[in-house]
Amino acid sequence: MERNVKLRLGTGMRLQWEAAQSAYVMLYPEGMIRLNEPAGHILSRCDGRTVDALITDLEAMFPDAELADDVIAFLDEADAKGWLRTEGEDHG
Amino acid sequence: MASAETPRGAAADAAPIPLWLLAEVTYRCPLQCAYCSNPIAFARYRDELETQEWISVLEQARAMGAVQLGISGGEPLLRKDLETIVGRARELGFYSNLLTSGVGLDEDRLGRLKQAGLDHIQISFQADRSGPSDEIAGGHHFQTKERMAQAIKAHDYPMVFNVVMHRHNLDRVDGILQLAWDLGADYVELANTQYHGWAYHNRAALMPTREQIRRAEETTQRWREKAGNRMRIYFVGSDYYDETAKPCMNGWGTTFLGVAPDGRAMPCHGAAELPIELPSVREEPLKAIWEDSHAFNVFRGHDWQPEPCRSCDLLQSCHGGCRCQALLLAGDAWATDPVCPKSPVHDRVLRAVEVADERRVEVPLVMRSVKNSRSLS
Repeated sequence: MERNVKLRLGTGMRLQWEAAQSAYVMLYPEGMIRLNEPAGHILSRCDGRTVDALITDLEAMFPDAELADDVIAFLDEADAKGWLRTEGEDHG
Repeated sequence: MASAETPRGAAADAAPIPLWLLAEVTYRCPLQCAYCSNPIAFARYRDELETQEWISVLEQARAMGAVQLGISGGEPLLRKDLETIVGRARELGFYSNLLTSGVGLDEDRLGRLKQAGLDHIQISFQADRSGPSDEIAGGHHFQTKERMAQAIKAHDYPMVFNVVMHRHNLDRVDGILQLAWDLGADYVELANTQYHGWAYHNRAALMPTREQIRRAEETTQRWREKAGNRMRIYFVGSDYYDETAKPCMNGWGTTFLGVAPDGRAMPCHGAAELPIELPSVREEPLKAIWEDSHAFNVFRGHDWQPEPCRSCDLLQSCHGGCRCQALLLAGDAWATDPVCPKSPVHDRVLRAVEVADERRVEVPLVMRSVKNSRSLS
């Protein structure tokens, strides 16, 4: 995934914090995925910002970690599952 | 980072949460589908919960951690207070799913439901055109459904296109998938009939040949390759033919909490048919029902299991199978599900499949009508 791509959750996907499960969950038609902490951090920031901006944010939160590759691998996987709507990818 | 799912270990020890709340708001329905899973006695459920009672159920369930709400029936659109129920569900943080035939829907109502916060609509079809659709559902509703499916997409809802599959539509699966594709379905659920309720009553008429299922699966696979991510297709097999017990409710009292139109709480969709007394949300708090009632504890965990399940390796995945099916086929709700080859009465299932394979003369359908419900119950 290119780093200038804008990220949003896919149509019909909803992310919310569930106190009863102490976790972020991704809700979609008739289903739910309970997210682990890193996935929650990433997906809760897919609000129209770019991949670059997302990585910068997370690196500010976790200054000691080298995150970019892991984040992009996760976003690719999430996109393949239909969890994301991506805009502005340069297909040229 | 590779997986989004939290390991199950920690959650497995925690107290179960009714994550999936199914509100069967009415058993009234304009359709008469012969495969309906509603109780045969549906016509006797006339005392439906009031709006405020449903809202109380939603509030209590949400406080317990319920997160997915299915609004089903019967035909839920027959409830005039649906928008109010959906609106409250959205405020509470439910993801709400409307399971409908599409009959009773119109543009105005779609707009109002959207505004109230409805997240998703599952629309049922019976076939890819009018004739075969009318035969199984009664009445002439196909064109309405088609129009409503278009309207659902025009209102930008995610749409699940659901078809219950059986002897009279399995050979039409190519046309059905073409229709779903043309209507812009996001997901297609081709669910083979489960033989409960009306479907069990009509079993001889509905059971397909093995060859029909095999061909339908092949066609579905071809479509999956074509449709990719634009339309995801699920083919839900039949346990009679797969010879594998379904993991009933993902474990009794672990995830699912259903409420019937009259307020009876159900640990599974078919619980009204079981010889257990169902607690009512009119008489007890939902939390007490979920945690302490006999109905929700009777098949919870694995301690109640008889042999051959008790010592079987598969127990953790199938939980001994479906209790309703055990009652219907073995005459004992505590028995091993007879679809399992280890069941002492598995031959009853094999025989039913053989009979379906050899059938030359079709059996007439008994429609799910109020009249038939009254005379059969």
